[in-house]
Amino acid sequence: MITGTPKPIDEILEMIEPYDNIIVAGCHGCVTVCRVGGEKEVQVLSSTLRLAREAAGRPLTIKEVSLERQCDPEYVEQMRPYVGDFDAVVSIACGAGIQFLAEKFSATPLLPGINTGFLGVTERQGEWSERCQGCGDCVLHLTGGICPVTRCAKSLFHGPCGGSVNGICEVGKDTACGWQLIIDRLKKLGQMENYTKLKPYKGWDSSRDGGPRRIIREDMI
Amino acid sequence: MLPCTGRIDESLLLKAFENGADGVMVIGCLEGDCHYVSGNIRARARVKRVYGILDTIRIGPDRIRMFNLSAGEGSKFAEYTNEFVEQIRKLGPSPINVVRAKQGSAVTREEAT
Repeated sequence: MITGTPKPIDEILEMIEPYDNIIVAGCHGCVTVCRVGGEKEVQVLSSTLRLAREAAGRPLTIKEVSLERQCDPEYVEQMRPYVGDFDAVVSIACGAGIQFLAEKFSATPLLPGINTGFLGVTERQGEWSERCQGCGDCVLHLTGGICPVTRCAKSLFHGPCGGSVNGICEVGKDTACGWQLIIDRLKKLGQMENYTKLKPYKGWDSSRDGGPRRIIREDMI
Repeated sequence: MLPCTGRIDESLLLKAFENGADGVMVIGCLEGDCHYVSGNIRARARVKRVYGILDTIRIGPDRIRMFNLSAGEGSKFAEYTNEFVEQIRKLGPSPINVVRAKQGSAVTREEAT
């Protein structure tokens, strides 16, 4: 899922300072699962903003909405009939959702209520960790199902660097060396030949290096 | 009517303040004694998050508190309630009610209930 963390309330209050009538928009997708931008979070953020503004003597009117997904046009369009009646929208979806709303409703200021994190997994309630950087050229079949792009701090492709000590990466004591994880797993799978195989260089043009990406599936259009 | 403090979430607690409460007491069963296993533990975590929110927006974390009691502890309930009411009296009306009183729009007790 796409993860995120709430922005500090003071930062959101500063963003909405010029406005008196706003929408707080949540999303039922990833941000609901990681408890940062779902229906409940819309209610909590809205109450918090209303209380803060009323205590400051400038009451705020909020319409609370939660779309099925902010990254799909059919759900975004549901806001069109009323979005023009409001001064601004605080979206607590991921960066993709916020930008999609901004594109669709170009006359209304869109404000981010969360900081979008990464593509990751739930380790346990309240803890998420990164697994994928969407490089566009997956090699997990060669690396024991562990991504060298994401799990190695340097995104190395040919084994651990000198900063790997006892399985820990030099960037921090809580960061496992991605390549140590890969080698341990390959050994367990009996696939160490994958480690010694000469691989052609990785093309990064399918990753962010090629600029903003687009997928076009002719078979679906 | 809530069957368990585990049903309480942050938005319900904040709504109470929006509706004009100067303070909110959350009273759950004794820890380890929840009929739904961990409802009161979950409630405690949510109340703690609301402390943080009230602190950030300068309404004050002291206006909300969670207590754990069994149904047989009536005298303790009275004692805790008196203690909390006294604490809220010392703090005075919440900043929301101060603003509303100035604007003549204070929520009456009937409206708040």
